[in-house]
Amino acid sequence: MQVRVQSEPFDAGAELNGFAQGRTDIGAVVSFTGVVRDTDGTLQEMLIEHYPGMTTSAITKIVEEAVSRWTLADALVIHRHGPLKPGEPIMMVATAAAHRAAAFAAADFLMDYLKSRAPFWKKEITDQGADWVAAKDEDEDALNRW
Amino acid sequence: MNVMYFAWVRERIGVPQETVETEAATVNDLIAELKTREDRYAAAFADISALRVALDQELSDFDAPLAGVREVAFFPPMTGG
Repeated sequence: MQVRVQSEPFDAGAELNGFAQGRTDIGAVVSFTGVVRDTDGTLQEMLIEHYPGMTTSAITKIVEEAVSRWTLADALVIHRHGPLKPGEPIMMVATAAAHRAAAFAAADFLMDYLKSRAPFWKKEITDQGADWVAAKDEDEDALNRW
Repeated sequence: MNVMYFAWVRERIGVPQETVETEAATVNDLIAELKTREDRYAAAFADISALRVALDQELSDFDAPLAGVREVAFFPPMTGG
């Protein structure tokens, strides 16, 4: 299990290649990479603020919950903070399990919880100005699936 | 105790953190006390439903007691992922 909170970019491909390497008891690896999206072509930068004293421990608790619920062989979460440009990776999760259903479900669970329970806040700096991204009701509702 | 603010709460109050001397029994009491201090607090805490609170780096509730708590953090709903 690995949790990394960092401002530096990461190579999702290299991370995935190194993930759960050497494990012969797993049959499924699932990964998700979140990317800075510029829907309207006006985004200059996305600024991600976080709560350094809480971030790693909050994510670790979420990952521990996923590992125990789905008996994961391994799990990885990388989440960046600081200023990011459109197209840059924000975060990734990877899960490894004996079967694909558990790996998919655990990755989905991790994404839902990271969105609403990990202390990050996104601010979009566009041609028109700067605005904090508001949490969506459906993101909170998504937690009830679990 | 150490009181921290994040995202637009930090911007509205104007500092990322500060030491607050208080006898407040609960988070709600602390908010009520801060709101009487200056307009910027009243503005930041105008709508509690738009806020979340963490006590000693754990998500908590506004009616939670503050006894023994060293760090209180106020912030909007999180937008990770």
